[in-house]
Amino acid sequence: MDISFLIVQFISGLTMATLLFLVASGLTLIFGVGGVFNFAHGSFYMLGAYLAYTFVAGTHLNFWVAVLAAAVGAGILGMLAESLFLRRIYGRAEEEGFQILLTYSFILIIDDLVKLVWGTEYKSLSRPAGFGGSLIWGDITLPTYNLAIIGVGLLVVVGAWLVLSRTRPGRIARATALDRETMGMLGVNVPLTMTVVFGIATALGGLTGALAAPLRSVTPGAGIEVIIDALIVVVLGGMGNFWGAWLAALLLGEVNAVAVATVPEWASLFSYLVMVVTLIFKPEGLFAPRQVRKV
Amino acid sequence: MEPILRLENVSKAFGGLKVTDGVSFSVMPAEISAIIGPNGAGKTTLFNQITGALRPDSGRIVFQGQDITGLDTQEIVALGMGRAFQITSIFPEETVLNNVRVACLSREGLTRQPLKGVGSFKSSTEKAMSVLESLGLAGQAARPAFELAHGDQKLLDIGVALALNPKMLLLDEPTAGMSPDERALTRELVVKLWREFNLTMIFIEHDMDTVFGIAQKVRVLQQGRLLAEGTPDEIRANPQVVTAYLGEEL
Amino acid sequence: MEAVDKKKAAAFWGLFALIFALVPAAGNDYYLTIANRILVWGMFAVAFNMLFGVTGMLSFGQALFSGLGGYGVGMTVKYLGKAWFLPGLGLGVIAAALVAYLLGYLIIRAGGVFFTILTLAFGQLAWQITFRWYNVTGGDDGIQGLVPPGILSNRVVYYYFCLVLVLGSIWFLRRLADSPQGLVLRCVRQNPSRVRFLGRRVRRNQRRVYLISSVFAALAGGLMAGIDSSIHTNMLNWTTSGQVILMSVLGGIHQFFGPFIGAGVIMIIEDVVGARTEYWSLIIGLVMMTMVLAFPRGLVGEFALLKARLKWRALERAERS
Repeated sequence: MDISFLIVQFISGLTMATLLFLVASGLTLIFGVGGVFNFAHGSFYMLGAYLAYTFVAGTHLNFWVAVLAAAVGAGILGMLAESLFLRRIYGRAEEEGFQILLTYSFILIIDDLVKLVWGTEYKSLSRPAGFGGSLIWGDITLPTYNLAIIGVGLLVVVGAWLVLSRTRPGRIARATALDRETMGMLGVNVPLTMTVVFGIATALGGLTGALAAPLRSVTPGAGIEVIIDALIVVVLGGMGNFWGAWLAALLLGEVNAVAVATVPEWASLFSYLVMVVTLIFKPEGLFAPRQVRKV
Repeated sequence: MEPILRLENVSKAFGGLKVTDGVSFSVMPAEISAIIGPNGAGKTTLFNQITGALRPDSGRIVFQGQDITGLDTQEIVALGMGRAFQITSIFPEETVLNNVRVACLSREGLTRQPLKGVGSFKSSTEKAMSVLESLGLAGQAARPAFELAHGDQKLLDIGVALALNPKMLLLDEPTAGMSPDERALTRELVVKLWREFNLTMIFIEHDMDTVFGIAQKVRVLQQGRLLAEGTPDEIRANPQVVTAYLGEEL
Repeated sequence: MEAVDKKKAAAFWGLFALIFALVPAAGNDYYLTIANRILVWGMFAVAFNMLFGVTGMLSFGQALFSGLGGYGVGMTVKYLGKAWFLPGLGLGVIAAALVAYLLGYLIIRAGGVFFTILTLAFGQLAWQITFRWYNVTGGDDGIQGLVPPGILSNRVVYYYFCLVLVLGSIWFLRRLADSPQGLVLRCVRQNPSRVRFLGRRVRRNQRRVYLISSVFAALAGGLMAGIDSSIHTNMLNWTTSGQVILMSVLGGIHQFFGPFIGAGVIMIIEDVVGARTEYWSLIIGLVMMTMVLAFPRGLVGEFALLKARLKWRALERAERS
């Protein structure tokens, strides 16, 4: 095992980590800000992938424009889902359980709607022009598309940080996380904020699905696989914790890269392994602050 | 006589904010006393520490000669500490009877019984009914708790605590949200329960008629510190308390 | 009052047992299988609901335990022979108890939505292992030919065998629901922090009901293996966990028999519609959505409410005239 091999594996892990983080960040955003657990987040990822496929294969849009359009599309669908359905159960007794059940019904419905619209066969999307090849540097071969994904991930991280900490809507969103009711009394339009944040979250999911489409094939039922990975990231990072999610995604991405390189057949089990070990030794999550709240 | 409850230098901070700052006092058995202070003085936080819901950062809490600092709530409750809540804390979907009965069953160690119906434990049911009688709630025993009027829910909350046969009972604002008439009734009831159940009682209260009407001792908290402690007359005459808190109200 | 209730309960149980006991008389193997499935899934759902509806713990991973029950039977029969069907059933149940006991400590420390996530993750972990460990578990091929030994190989006998076990299990769960332990579990759902002030440990009670619920899930899974004469990795998949949740929500999570009724309805819909559509998940998704948005009390709960309202109206009318 030489250094160039390690670098190649590291970049491959980083690509996976970026995708994981992007999809998990949407999940953690809507939970942290809106107190909504969107079990169907992976389904919006899948919708993003299908939309990107349609925009590229059907309307021949430029790949990057198609990716953006897919993200917007997933965001609009998310806003529809929030304002037509989810909104009806806010404030209901045992709301949390009903959120899970309702978003679970989204998974089931979206899965079959995707089959109805796009059929059951695998779809594939080729890499965009200019990113089909690899950067070769001695023994090191790095696919340029992977590097592009890492770049987009960095952009999103920096952008999200700027929006959340430097802008008024971002601050409103963070304050709403503290208390829906109080913010309502202070004159913030809480329902609108919820819808918009839900839209941004699902757009992040859709963006990830679109970006990942050239790397993984696009299939119905992809939603559940993605959501489980994203959930593990969120459990490890601490629900609602943006930076925790980033570190957890990095850890899982790299562990996965090592696993794929060494025991490919069992690689899919390694995320779970990290989760189990974490739960045993640090049940409150890897990066969550220790809390001494018992009531 | 030994105090039943002793706080020694109890301190607690959230982030940088000291919510309890070196509080020490002793409570004698069978005493009925009040804790007063402006909002945010740390009154409820202090209750939370006494009952193990929060762990003090430093200091010691001794209950009946036993150090209970850092024990879990359920252990402290088992030693005879009862508590009723500021925001009514009951089991809303259960009947009024079941709310109190579950406490009786718990005290008798019967809550692991998996096969016999709740009604077949006669002594628990009788005890629960007698507690409801004392509170004047017996007539509503079969109603779901959420249907009760606000004031009755507060009483039920106290009933759940009483059913555990506590030696000491902490009441967090027993008359909050009540009309003046209801307050007067509750005041009488609290004194009646204090005598009937041989309790040592500490209550947090903002209503000064209640505080100075029934407490034998008053403790004043301000910004997490114990500002003053004494009989109602002493507190009323304390210039520090008057300027800091009582000023406009008396 | 109590005597009337007891008579009513006895009549209910008698009727319940009688209806299911008479099914074999129809002499139709197909109906027999459906009735048997309703029984076993019904028990599974009632046991699941002790967790969800009663204690407020939404597990999305009970398939792990029904799967353990199924594979307990499947693996012992595969490796030790047909005669080991019943010991295999016991083994699966014991394995489930052990796993639930250990897992309880790992995942019940996290409350609310974390519990749901972790149950889902551990369920999928078990599914992945079974799916990939082809040499041992048969992977996606599953295990076929799991015919119970001796007289149990007769479908009618096996049906009665299931009926007795299911009735016994549901009877136990009913007693549990009405007992002090059941009352504490309901209190844990309604107000966990107050339960601590009763001197009870919330998590210990949660672990206990998790264990109980999982044991009956495993029993259901084991019995299912005998009904289908086979097992498949799908038993462990999250869709199975989702199915049992749907049954409970459809029937009503705050009614003891709600989940059983829900199981019956789902089994019948599946039988009528399932064969004709490839869009099964769309159908159950719409059912779930409708229930959550419009009928959160479930069929039995909404029916009970309607009955109470009509009664109240009749009383009002009687008073007026």
